[in-house]
Amino acid sequence: MDIKQKIEKANEETAQRMIQGEPVLVDIAPAGEVIPGLQDRMILHSGPPIEWARMCGAQRGAILGIALYEGWANTVEGAQALLEEGDILLGPNHHHQAVGPMARTISKSAPVWVVENKAFGNRAFCRQVEGRQQFGEYSQEPLEGLRRWRDIWAPTLRTALAKIGGLDLKPIMIQALQMGDELHNRHSAASSLFANKMAFAIAQADMPKDAVLPTLGYITNHNLIFLGLAMAAGKAISDPAHGVEYSTVVTAMARNGAEFGIRVSGLGDEWFTAPAPSVDGLYLPGYSSEDAGFDMGDSAITETVGWGAFVIGGAPGILSLVGGTPEQALAYSREMKKITVATHPTYLMPALGFMGASVGIDIRKVVQTNIAPIIDTAIAHKDPGYPIIGASLVRPPMECFKQALIAFGRKYNVN
Amino acid sequence: MAGSTTLTDMATGFVIRKNQYYDSVFLMGVNKRLSDAAGVQNTAVLMGSEKNKELLADLGVHAPQIDEAQPNDLIVEVVADSRQVVDAVLGDLDQALKFMTTSAPVSVWRTFEDGLAQKPGANLEVISIPGEYAASEARKALEANLHVFIFSSNVTLDDELELKRRASQKNLLVMGPDCGTSLIGGVGIGFANAVRQGTIGAIGASGTGLQEFTCQIHNAGLGISHAIGTGTNDVSDAIGGLTTLAALDALEDDPGTKIIVFISKPPGKKMLEKLLERLDQCKKPAICCFLGIDHLPDTHKKVKFARTIDEAVQWTIYFEDDGPAVSKPNLRPEELKWIKNERARWSPKQQYLRGIFAGGTFCYQSQQIMQDAGLEVYSNAPLEPRFALEHPDRSRAHTLVDMGDEYYTLGKPHPMIDGALRKQRILTESLEPQVAILFLDFILGYNASADPVGELLDAILEARQTASQRGGALTVVASICGTDGDPQDLDLQTRLLQEAGAIVFPSNARAASFCCKLLE
Amino acid sequence: MPNKIDELLHKPLIVINLGLKMFAESLEDQGVEVVQVDWTPPAGGDQELIDLLDSLL
Repeated sequence: MDIKQKIEKANEETAQRMIQGEPVLVDIAPAGEVIPGLQDRMILHSGPPIEWARMCGAQRGAILGIALYEGWANTVEGAQALLEEGDILLGPNHHHQAVGPMARTISKSAPVWVVENKAFGNRAFCRQVEGRQQFGEYSQEPLEGLRRWRDIWAPTLRTALAKIGGLDLKPIMIQALQMGDELHNRHSAASSLFANKMAFAIAQADMPKDAVLPTLGYITNHNLIFLGLAMAAGKAISDPAHGVEYSTVVTAMARNGAEFGIRVSGLGDEWFTAPAPSVDGLYLPGYSSEDAGFDMGDSAITETVGWGAFVIGGAPGILSLVGGTPEQALAYSREMKKITVATHPTYLMPALGFMGASVGIDIRKVVQTNIAPIIDTAIAHKDPGYPIIGASLVRPPMECFKQALIAFGRKYNVN
Repeated sequence: MAGSTTLTDMATGFVIRKNQYYDSVFLMGVNKRLSDAAGVQNTAVLMGSEKNKELLADLGVHAPQIDEAQPNDLIVEVVADSRQVVDAVLGDLDQALKFMTTSAPVSVWRTFEDGLAQKPGANLEVISIPGEYAASEARKALEANLHVFIFSSNVTLDDELELKRRASQKNLLVMGPDCGTSLIGGVGIGFANAVRQGTIGAIGASGTGLQEFTCQIHNAGLGISHAIGTGTNDVSDAIGGLTTLAALDALEDDPGTKIIVFISKPPGKKMLEKLLERLDQCKKPAICCFLGIDHLPDTHKKVKFARTIDEAVQWTIYFEDDGPAVSKPNLRPEELKWIKNERARWSPKQQYLRGIFAGGTFCYQSQQIMQDAGLEVYSNAPLEPRFALEHPDRSRAHTLVDMGDEYYTLGKPHPMIDGALRKQRILTESLEPQVAILFLDFILGYNASADPVGELLDAILEARQTASQRGGALTVVASICGTDGDPQDLDLQTRLLQEAGAIVFPSNARAASFCCKLLE
Repeated sequence: MPNKIDELLHKPLIVINLGLKMFAESLEDQGVEVVQVDWTPPAGGDQELIDLLDSLL
């Protein structure tokens, strides 16, 4: 078999593993209990590895927030000092089977979604999505929110989940895709379906009202709650597809606010990074492109497994970002078809004639066609202390894929 | 429900629509459109949730109705320069809330395969991508049974030959490489003019040559059936005129074509023989204009030879309209007067002509005409190597510069599209006290600059000014290649030039002859 | 047998334009059916990558 055939075979295998993923929510547990390698004074962040000194404003804000929340410091200055001195360890989510949206910071006491891929037995973790600390806001209110999650909502959901023996996420996602969600920025349907299931589970679990009511209030009022689950599911689906020799398929795309990084199935643990592109899109009142920080977060794991912008054709709300016409959405879906290996048989877009989601980004095709995958993302403020300011479509820098291709050539001794 | 306030240079207003849910991302888009309107300083388009109301408060927007708004109510707030703007924007709200379909960019197709999928019935591909890729794309098109028009240059002769051989086997036409112009069934491809349809067929290895010929035919009241560009190298010995011969066959077969005219720079020796032999057998009257070919073998009696494009037009009229036999044009009385007046105003130092051309063919033809008149002319694209300029930027004695030459166009727009470099050169030439005549060409038509004359007007006026300040006068002679149907308004362009003091001719050959007379 | 060049001269043009947008626009202005293709070189024109892709894809 020549190398082209080996690559084709490996890519087919990689894509199939992604397609076969069976994500099930099995637990909601404090990160310290379940995340491998998470040490006592450690904060996991989104994107490829990066040191405190190089981190962008929003990410620093998020990390300062966590340091305060965990009680490692009582003031912002104190927290800053700890970080500058290296007293708090930092590491990428991805290296610990985890992902997180925006700055997504995980520390030991923070409860995380635990999703198991029943097809392969592996697990992945993601922190809950909330709209403020993860964007770098570290004032009292967002930190209060983190505490309520840790002390009331997460434990209540955990008990309820145990009562029903886990929650199969695939049927929710398939349905949600046909109801106008795209599983990256639009989760209204999925969150609703999730809340339905969990409400019933909570009712069955017989807990005190002062735990039940706030939790029900939380899950029925949070139309992005499913993002955390979608991301954990994406990671759980993608991890078994990593490590296939000769595969040129992308298994992670993540941003840490300073750089954009990708990982490739056949290229081991290496990250291929390039400076993060600036974003421009639509802004909430009071903000403009001058305020925008760089692209950030692990949420591109959704596009990595074929959701998000890859299925934007089925999400009329998000469609405004691309100009609002079905033709434009179709054009994007067609573009993605050119750079991917397979089509998913069950994640379908009714608005585009039930076209299946494109799965398995092939770095060879990306470089040849000069088409980078499309990602729809939330926009953070460039300074810490602000909530989300907008949304936009971005593409990873072509440089990442070119570097990866060259590394592939070197690793597999292609002249 | 609405409210408003007005200060001296700012007015605010808001509207609340009860119970109207809109997707947040959609609203962000609406917000952008409202805030882009003239006179608007700030807008907010939000659902009335607690968080959003806080956001509005942070922006300084307060009102009891806003406080009372519910999460399902839509709040639209506008801050603008005046009351009128606020009212206009808010009054237009319904329109703005309609799903935005008009501003969406069209889908982008990236490959030939995409294009073919979109237009499966396509019969022609126009290629203007970098030369090193043009051949392989053209090959794909031929495989798919499309004719090709290749504007790209820097395609190797080997590739060109291979493409034309392949095309020949499939009865397909390859117009190019380095083909700037074609007119097929009245449709202009590339740089072409709005020309009346008629019975004159043309084949040309020169883009501007075809443009000049077709414009003059139109201006003479006749029309073009088809003008087929063959690309610069087609009549070289290496290529053997494959496209020319195919075009000739087609025009011979075409019932709508009565006369066939061929325009190019001198062909290769073998090619010339081959072509003349073929033309001898042509069933229709044939006219050849090989710019610069002096003597032609007498054996080919049927074919008429024109030394200039204008002569080719005259021969065409002779055949088509039973016009007078072709003769050397005499100067008209007013032209004699101009010559006298212009010469009288030159200072003693002024003696040289400087031509700054956008059309390569015009530069070539002008040199030919001037050489015939006994003048020595230098150029960056000379007729003979001994008249080459040492450096294209440094004129010498009588000089004609082809500003479309690669030296000037690498990485920059062609002078037909953008006059910036020609403007610079005009000013440079005007600094030399020995310059007497400025000779320019202007080319109208599709894809050319929207205002070729306008782009150079300031420079022309400044140049004339500089010459007068030195006690002399700069004579500006110009030709315009265009028709009354062209987008640039031929009359206006002519008038602008004349008002700037230029002497304007409708053909490059006549303008060049006039220059020769000026220099006698 | 239908002569394809004759057809080119007598049937309506249906054009695929690869490259400069203005050429497509001027054709559109003349009422011709045309599709604009925004062509880019493979691998952004990088020869090293083109050669590498030749062995891999």
